[in-house]
Amino acid sequence: MSASPKKFVYGIFNDDEVVLNAIGSLRKKGLKVKDVISPFPIHGLDNELGLDRTRISICAFLYGMTGMSLALLMIWYMNIFDWPMDIGGKPSYAFYKNLPAFIPVTFESTVLCAAHGMVITFLLRSKLLPGVEPNVIHPRMADDHFVMAIQIKDDSEIANVEAQLKSAGAVEFINK
Amino acid sequence: MHKESELRPPLILGDKTWHDITEDVCRPVESKANKWWWLAFSVSSAALLWWIISVSYTLGTGLGVWGLNKTVGWAWDITNFVWWVGIGHAGTLISAILLLFRQKWRLSINRSAEAMTIFAVICAATFIVSHMGRPWVGYWPLPLANQFGSLWVNFNSPLVWDVFAISTYFSVSLVFWYTGLIPDFAVIRDRAKTKMSKRIYTILSFGWVGSAKNWQRFEEVSLVLAGLSTPLVLSVHSVVSMDFATSVIPGWHTTIFPPYFVAGAIFSGFAMVQTLLIIVRKVLNLEDYITIYHIDMMNRIILITGSIVGVAYITEFFIAWYSGVEYEQYAFINRATGPYWWAYWSMMTCNVITPQLFWSSKLRENVFATFIISIFVNVGMWFERFVIIVTSLHRDYIPSSWAMYHPTWVEAGIYIGSIGLFFTCFLIFARVFPVIAMSELKTIIKSSSEGEKKKAAKHSNKSESHA
Repeated sequence: MSASPKKFVYGIFNDDEVVLNAIGSLRKKGLKVKDVISPFPIHGLDNELGLDRTRISICAFLYGMTGMSLALLMIWYMNIFDWPMDIGGKPSYAFYKNLPAFIPVTFESTVLCAAHGMVITFLLRSKLLPGVEPNVIHPRMADDHFVMAIQIKDDSEIANVEAQLKSAGAVEFINK
Repeated sequence: MHKESELRPPLILGDKTWHDITEDVCRPVESKANKWWWLAFSVSSAALLWWIISVSYTLGTGLGVWGLNKTVGWAWDITNFVWWVGIGHAGTLISAILLLFRQKWRLSINRSAEAMTIFAVICAATFIVSHMGRPWVGYWPLPLANQFGSLWVNFNSPLVWDVFAISTYFSVSLVFWYTGLIPDFAVIRDRAKTKMSKRIYTILSFGWVGSAKNWQRFEEVSLVLAGLSTPLVLSVHSVVSMDFATSVIPGWHTTIFPPYFVAGAIFSGFAMVQTLLIIVRKVLNLEDYITIYHIDMMNRIILITGSIVGVAYITEFFIAWYSGVEYEQYAFINRATGPYWWAYWSMMTCNVITPQLFWSSKLRENVFATFIISIFVNVGMWFERFVIIVTSLHRDYIPSSWAMYHPTWVEAGIYIGSIGLFFTCFLIFARVFPVIAMSELKTIIKSSSEGEKKKAAKHSNKSESHA
């Protein structure tokens, strides 16, 4: 038997501080606050919801190290190993002696890989790609309204959850 | 929540709500263009047409249609390239460096300044392509395996560094800009009335929903991209300056070039931001968001960077004398008193004297004066690159090779046309993209808008009288 799809009651708020303060008090009353959708980032929201710290900057560091290593390897192979050039009586026979001239390209490659790798990771992890259909719960959730998602087991809970949300400051309710 | 002193000038005028910001920023996207837009668009696309004709003629016939000669082998092409790349730098400075310094006034201007960066770098790239003369071999500076005896590019050469620097800068700026646009496209998507615009903005917004995790990642990505872009932008113009500084031409062979070019780039970039935004805030009715305070802050940066550039000019002159190198000394005396004296003194007037007017707060806060001075700076910074390139080259080592450079209509066409390309792109941007980063600006309304500050002031007065 497959699990039934998760059911949510959405409380619509119109102030960021109200929604932020509501999370703790509603959780104390036993409500499962799963997410808050907001038109702009709210400071402290991830802590309040208990989200883990994002590791995307660690990814960026690793991509940057990869970019740096690849650039150094490429330059070493092309200019030192495969075809050393003798320019103005200054042959490039030793990698470490030429290294200062190789820093700019190495740096650019580090930044290139770190930035693009991180953004691609962000888009894929957050499932953001052209053509993805968004789940628009409230028409103004990207404008000036805040949506709090509360998970419920079955429809009998709806009335109670809505009453709780109302007392916490919600102005509208949607359930689907 | 973060509280801000009431003494700080508000960054958003009037009693605005979040919804007001949405309405004000989406209006140009959702309404029809007025006749001023169409007029500007016609003029800039006419210039763009001239650009297409000139570039096609150059590529079809060869670089001989330009005014270059054996002595002056780089002239308007590289002048324009450096000028455009420099202009681009202000966008990254505003969005990356001011983000790291937590300057909130960046929020109303970062989007359009970044757009300016993208379009300016595109314009710069067109000069790289057209000055090659044979763009079909334009892949030669890339480190690709080839059939020429496996002849790789030379990684000791600043021209190869430049290929990496400019392409990294362009692509990273584009990605930085687009990441910031995603949540704002979602706002337009959710408001879209027609099926067509709903479809387009759904695709552009990548299916964005502002869930807590998405915002957490978004903020981290913005911060790290800012941290990466800051050294990147400084490296780009340093590398551009090394195209000159690592050569042996008197007037180019100068160790002061990297910081001097970076300061000049930020200087000219902010001037271009002023030129554009003074028009944009008026035409798109955004005067409540791009306020006199924003203009004042940008003018201060123009004053600082302009002064750095002025000191660099004088230092160059002093070092030429102090080095005791005859060639170096001649190059600098010739700049000021030789046949190109008018270019040198135009540069000195526009870049050293005019920005000093900004010591006066009256002028800094005057929109008309700012606009005029910003044009002066744009012109002056173009002359700076012309002076560095052409006057250093036109006196060769052998006096029999001395020459003058005269541009042709083709070069004029490519230059004016590139301005047409820039404005065509910017005008389209102003109609289909949100010109202010709405979702970011909404975060400061409670701390920094005029309406909220007044409320806070009333509140504190009341509590004082109670005490």
